[in-house]
Amino acid sequence: MILCLVEPGALSLEAVAFAQSLGPVQAFSVDAGGTYAPGVCAAAIVQLVDRHSPEAVVAAASDRGQEAMAHAAARLDLPLAANCVSAQAGEQPGEPWQVVRQRWGGSLLEEATLSGPVKLLTVAPHVVEPAAPVPVEAFSPELTEADLAVRILRREEPPPGTVSLTDARVVVGGGRGVGSAEGFGLLEELATLLGGAVGGSRVVTNLGWRAHADQVGQTGARIAPDLYIACGISGAIQHIVGCKGAKKILAINKDPHAPMLARSDYAVVGDLHEVVAAVIDELRRTARPATGA
Amino acid sequence: MHVAVCIKRVPETGARITLTADAQEIDTSYLGFTISPHEECAVEEALRLVEKHGGTTTAVTLGPPAAAEQLRNAIAMGVQSAVLLETEQSDWDPQATAAALADVLRDGGHDLLLFGNESADSGGYQVGVRVAHALGLPCVTGVKGIEIAEGVAKVRREESGGWEIFEVPLPAVISVKEGINLPRYASLPGRLRAKKTEIVRVEPGWSEGGLRRQRLLVPQEHGSAVEVLGEGPAAAPRVVEVLKELGVA
Repeated sequence: MILCLVEPGALSLEAVAFAQSLGPVQAFSVDAGGTYAPGVCAAAIVQLVDRHSPEAVVAAASDRGQEAMAHAAARLDLPLAANCVSAQAGEQPGEPWQVVRQRWGGSLLEEATLSGPVKLLTVAPHVVEPAAPVPVEAFSPELTEADLAVRILRREEPPPGTVSLTDARVVVGGGRGVGSAEGFGLLEELATLLGGAVGGSRVVTNLGWRAHADQVGQTGARIAPDLYIACGISGAIQHIVGCKGAKKILAINKDPHAPMLARSDYAVVGDLHEVVAAVIDELRRTARPATGA
Repeated sequence: MHVAVCIKRVPETGARITLTADAQEIDTSYLGFTISPHEECAVEEALRLVEKHGGTTTAVTLGPPAAAEQLRNAIAMGVQSAVLLETEQSDWDPQATAAALADVLRDGGHDLLLFGNESADSGGYQVGVRVAHALGLPCVTGVKGIEIAEGVAKVRREESGGWEIFEVPLPAVISVKEGINLPRYASLPGRLRAKKTEIVRVEPGWSEGGLRRQRLLVPQEHGSAVEVLGEGPAAAPRVVEVLKELGVA
């Protein structure tokens, strides 16, 4: 039996699908009394492992999934394979598993063996299609004071109406080619017209043109929109791993040989400022209801 | 306060990764090395905290003799001392790495142990947590803001566009993410000091971990051919057609 940690968010259903490929799945969520505490998640995993003796525990490689599994692995003194893209059980129970996991945010893969009486692994985002919803047991572990020592005291919510990068259907990304913080005004305008969000490469967040929260890439957000519009982005692998979850990519770049173009579905070769301005005009023109004859 | 910051030496990869013939490592013949990005921010954060509150900073790494270069980079940024857990072995998995780090950090008298949230290369997402567990310290991961007052670290991290606020009593382990700060450049006096500072070398105790690398492989590239929609602003009508086909406009 495979235990699968389910948290809010679509990634958990990907983890469920991954777990289902390995065996019968029992999905659970952790009830921490209205807050979130990594120690409570770890206590839940440890107690469920004790109760069910599963072959494996699987969670999404989300921030919380990684954190919960790392704490559980430390408590159980078991190895943990993070960001797996596939796993193959051993022939006998307890034998090592073959896993393939991401390194470098997914620009490189590693074949590895994962040992231990219970295999612990997290599932890389967007490598499997999400499962249909499954029954989820809300588990309340027995707790010690230490389990609750680190917990969320409060949350600060984003301004209402904010489209987050990871939820946006369209992301308009800008790189060095945007030229300045002000240059992002055009990208904002395009994103607003499409109901999307604006992102940037590591270069632009390091230059301070955009807040780090807007970074798409290995050290920023991993996005999976229907469309990613990459404007003036050369396409370093650290950026590609952040945007390759996009269903389609449109690159706008004056350099026809930029690596970004080779990783895209559509490309426009040209100055991004001119192209984006023209696209905005065209969107406005075609959206306007027909008047007159 | 006494802050230790754990860093990792990683290659500076470009637009393409090439492997060695035995597929065990990245071919670094033509690559430089750097401190993994989240950890470079951890170094900067350590410096800022000590500038504000007084105290000492130590950089610690486990790696080959050449990893002294990254410790010297940290010293050039302003870190005072450095410890290298020197090993020629490359099969340190996260469990083994954390055990060795915990051994040298155990009696260090540090108020704060800073880590990167995950290393750029192997991305195990667990060494800091394991060290915290081994030392019996509280731990927060993914942190993008630290304020310290009266022996308590108030930390914040991003979640779904908002922020989660935690408070942990020191001593504690905190793993940070890029974005918590913009790391400074090394100063010239810093570089000179880095050359002179003696790095403490320790032979770490190796234990076999349960995650064993067999080989590396470069994933298959995006297969489909790119469709060029046009050149310059004249491409706009075709772009908008495509946006409509995709259902996003």
